[in-house]
Amino acid sequence: MGSITVTQLGKAYKNYPSRWSRLAEWLIPFGRVRHKMKWVLEDLNFTVSPGEAVGIVGINGAGKSTLLKMITGTTRPTTGSVTVTGRIAALLELGMGFHPDFTGRQNAIMAGQLLGYSVAELEQLMPEIERFAEIGEYIDQPVRVYSSGMQMRLAFSVATARRPDILIVDEALSVGDTYFQHKSFDRIREFNKLGTTLLIVSHDKGAVQGVCDRAILLNAGRLAMQGEPEAVMDYYNAMLADRVNQVVRQELTQDGKVQTTSGTGEAVILGAGLLNEQGDPIEVLDIGQSVKLRVRVRVNQALPELVLGYMIKDRLGQAVFGTNSFHLQKPLEQLVPGERLEFEFSFAANLGEGSYSIALALHTADTHITNNYEWRDRAIVFNVMNINKDKFVGVVWLPTALEIKR
Amino acid sequence: MQMLKALWAYRGFISGSVRREFQAKYSNSLLGAAWTVINPLAMIVVYTVVFSQIMRAKLPGADSQFAYSIYLCAGVLTWTFFAETVSRTQNVFLEHANLLKKISFPRLCLPVIVVANASLNFAIIFGLFTIFLIASGSFPGVVYLALIPLLVIQVLFSVGLGITLGVLNVFFRDVGQLFGVVLQFWFWLTPVVYPINILPAFAREALYYNPMTSLIVSYQNILVSGLWPDWRSLWPVTLLAVLLCSWGLMLFRKHAGEMVDEL
Repeated sequence: MGSITVTQLGKAYKNYPSRWSRLAEWLIPFGRVRHKMKWVLEDLNFTVSPGEAVGIVGINGAGKSTLLKMITGTTRPTTGSVTVTGRIAALLELGMGFHPDFTGRQNAIMAGQLLGYSVAELEQLMPEIERFAEIGEYIDQPVRVYSSGMQMRLAFSVATARRPDILIVDEALSVGDTYFQHKSFDRIREFNKLGTTLLIVSHDKGAVQGVCDRAILLNAGRLAMQGEPEAVMDYYNAMLADRVNQVVRQELTQDGKVQTTSGTGEAVILGAGLLNEQGDPIEVLDIGQSVKLRVRVRVNQALPELVLGYMIKDRLGQAVFGTNSFHLQKPLEQLVPGERLEFEFSFAANLGEGSYSIALALHTADTHITNNYEWRDRAIVFNVMNINKDKFVGVVWLPTALEIKR
Repeated sequence: MQMLKALWAYRGFISGSVRREFQAKYSNSLLGAAWTVINPLAMIVVYTVVFSQIMRAKLPGADSQFAYSIYLCAGVLTWTFFAETVSRTQNVFLEHANLLKKISFPRLCLPVIVVANASLNFAIIFGLFTIFLIASGSFPGVVYLALIPLLVIQVLFSVGLGITLGVLNVFFRDVGQLFGVVLQFWFWLTPVVYPINILPAFAREALYYNPMTSLIVSYQNILVSGLWPDWRSLWPVTLLAVLLCSWGLMLFRKHAGEMVDEL
């Protein structure tokens, strides 16, 4: 229970040149086909095994929603098939079908019935739904007086009242307050631990990397890549800045991880290193040690503007800290071809124990989305060791003083 | 078969929706369910006053003072039931576009809910009408039971027509608009307000090509004169009802997938 098998899946919408041509096609027997097929998904093949957590990423219009709709069964595939075992719960449109004039309790029952529960089951689940939603006496008030967050809470509680075999989560979860976001995510993780298959659609790198075992990247209706969430997310990030002439290259580094380099090449990174205060290259840092990140850059074409950014990522690829020369208010303007630049960022490595990587990016303005000259993941890999600090956990070092009164 | 099984599995949802829709209609009004009665009542009063008092129309062959009112009710109530069922069914997929696009559930639930709701409204008003018949001493007796098969035929006919139009309406929105116009003409081309025998012979014959005529005339015969319906005259409409139902279902099955893309 809980597996998804997608074979040769394709979806096309019929596109008629005019409103009358559909009528003609319907009415004229053995007439010619008058529509064009507009393919939004083509030739998708993948399987999700029970208990796996898979993230689906891709830019808007890549076909993510269409894929989910076919998995949940609201839309039928044009070609191929989707085979699903077990009960699916989808957190796609939370609060769908809530009627404003009815109380939360009535709406919860209505929504539950729509999901296929019987009234008896719902009555049994109701106390738990109420407890999880934490909306107190509002449960017996009409939904029109609810805040959007409260509706979300109730809808989420109903949708996840019983552990499904497959849980499909769209970005819906970005609504609601932080407290409930955490709470709902905890529930999703718990379900996953108990064996529920997860399918998460998100632009949130953290969500995908934090929860998923695997990621699937959709691009223009096709499966562009699947594999380790980190590698896929890096590729996706590089692709976000997809431009003409852009080259995306992925290489295996010595430690067996994938390094992604991409960019249009108007400016390139020649080399980068992490140095201690004396200027010697280092790979192992003590917590809190002052370090310099030195990056050498060559400008290949005249550029009106150039920004260099760096991002420290932890072992799981989650961003720990990142900034750039734009945010540090050192913009560079009017660069000439052949110009060489040396950047030196100095900071104290207030990081927790573990292994980290630094990604570098050459671009304009504050992100690499508009112009991406070069993006290099894992340009530097380093380790942080705890030599003389008291024991602590986490990825940051917050110098802590303790005072106890008794 | 599979469709019926899916519907049965969602019976809770269907009955719940019917109840809630009924409540929702009146939950914020002071008079509540009374409005279900007031609307058709107003219509009947208007027709009775206009036709029997002002225009002094007499129902040929009936002398009771309520005869014309009963005649009107027999036609208007059943016609309203028919019109409500068809026009709401043909809109049901468009109305619930969001639900259809986002949640996977047996889609035939929606027309079933509409029909159940219309039937509920009809049962209430017709129940009141029956009480009036009994109170005024005009109850037709055992002939009243003949209404049951007639209503079954009518519901089948309206559902078949409604689903067929409903599916078409998703692809060609003109269907909904057009049906509104057709319904206007249809009402006056059916002997609801006027008795059929006041028409010249050729028009009477032509009117019998209208499937609703035989049904409405049968209702009127039962309730006004206590006559059993002429069963043979009901064959065409029964056949048409069955045909429309199967055609509607076929159309629905063939285009259910494409429908969601079009909404």
